[in-house]
Amino acid sequence: MDWGALQTILGGVNKHSTSIGKIWLTVLFIFRIMILVVAAENVWGDEQDDFICNTLQPGCKNVCYDHFFPISHIRLWALQLIFVSTPALLVAMHVAYRRHEKKRQFRKGDQKCEYKDIEEIRRQRFRIEGSLWWTYTSSIFCRLVFEAVFMYAFYFMYDGFRMPRLMKCDAWPCPNVVDCFVSRPTEKTVFTIFMIAVSSICILLNVAELCYLLTKFFLRRSRKAGNPKHHPNHENKEETKQNEMNELISDSCQNPVIGFSS
Amino acid sequence: MSWRFLCDLLSGVNKYSTGIGRVWVAVVFIFRLLVYVVAAENIWKYEHDEFECNIKQPGCENVCFDHFFPVSHVRLWALQLIMVSTPSLLVVFHVAYRENREKHHNRRLYRSPGEIDGGLLCTYLISLILKTGFEIVFLVLFYKLYNGFKVPHLVKCDMRPCPNTVDCYISKPTEKMIFLYFLVATSCLCIVLNLSELSYLIFKYSIKCYLKRHIKRCQ
Repeated sequence: MDWGALQTILGGVNKHSTSIGKIWLTVLFIFRIMILVVAAENVWGDEQDDFICNTLQPGCKNVCYDHFFPISHIRLWALQLIFVSTPALLVAMHVAYRRHEKKRQFRKGDQKCEYKDIEEIRRQRFRIEGSLWWTYTSSIFCRLVFEAVFMYAFYFMYDGFRMPRLMKCDAWPCPNVVDCFVSRPTEKTVFTIFMIAVSSICILLNVAELCYLLTKFFLRRSRKAGNPKHHPNHENKEETKQNEMNELISDSCQNPVIGFSS
Repeated sequence: MSWRFLCDLLSGVNKYSTGIGRVWVAVVFIFRLLVYVVAAENIWKYEHDEFECNIKQPGCENVCFDHFFPVSHVRLWALQLIMVSTPSLLVVFHVAYRENREKHHNRRLYRSPGEIDGGLLCTYLISLILKTGFEIVFLVLFYKLYNGFKVPHLVKCDMRPCPNTVDCYISKPTEKMIFLYFLVATSCLCIVLNLSELSYLIFKYSIKCYLKRHIKRCQ
């Protein structure tokens, strides 16, 4: 069990996301999770061992380290990534629920059910409309809130995003004000700024996706209000064309993202 | 052998669960197992090496660490995850038994071997009760062993061979406390989910039984 399992879980959501959602997922996996695992964890790996205080007093180093780093950057990032990824599961559950209902209708032999077999239901990609639109929009909103909360928590806990070289500590049992030196402060600052920058990009992508969905929603409503009577065949043909275009767009977005199987 | 085995087990159980059961599996996977593997294991990795006592007496640190941490938080957490996931095996075994029976008799005995009714309903309810029981037992164990869910900065130790009362300092106490509270919160959430699922199933099948009897009486 590791980040790969999260990738498998979220990969399934990719199919039902918008194009911006797919870009967001790519950025999440490549520029955040992968960087965390292959680089950041090694940079912070020796953080307490190499945190040195200019004193021989036993316990002073432990207490000072705990005072300046109540929770390690790495753990905070890991929690941020977990919380930010989780709202996508709401969409996955909603889609699974819809599929389950359609399978039930199909098994009952409901005439309204337009599928030829159960495999078609499994393979179907649902459009983001109706209640799924609300679930999807709520999940994006939750993501935004979690990102903002964690970025603020970071800023608040560490007084900014810079890692200082030296910290002065006078917590008991340190006998006086003691100099404590952080290991690899510059490298840690670089990675902190990188992670914050990528979080900001993800926030922008989420805001863009939210605006896109709201625009689409209002356009659809105004179109429906403007055309109360419509020829069913004509609308079906238009919808089929739109579906095909959506498929083409989603396929072209999926190709660079290798390994995210739907 | 690793956590992968537990993941596969829980994924297998997912097929026969209710909606709330699936939410429970997602919470266990993401907020408990994943957090344990990517964060908690690393925090407690060097807890013994970083446990420092203000004394040069050989053996004093070892004895004090053993006295204050009879079982490490992180091991207790791992045990809790395993024990809480295992009752789901009962459901898997029961479904396998049903499928075996159908194969043996060479005909359909059940509407669907994975459908939660009859004996499988009892097994499912028992597994829910066991899961909830284990969660509560481990929370109480955590509380009793460590005097609450706080991790102190400093503990005073006077075990032999320490010559007097010695100050011993625990590493990363704040971070450990944050993750302990996270563990408690997710355990409580899982308890609430299990109890909701239990109530939902009992309610659903009571209504079903009542309606069946009502229809029979009308006939």
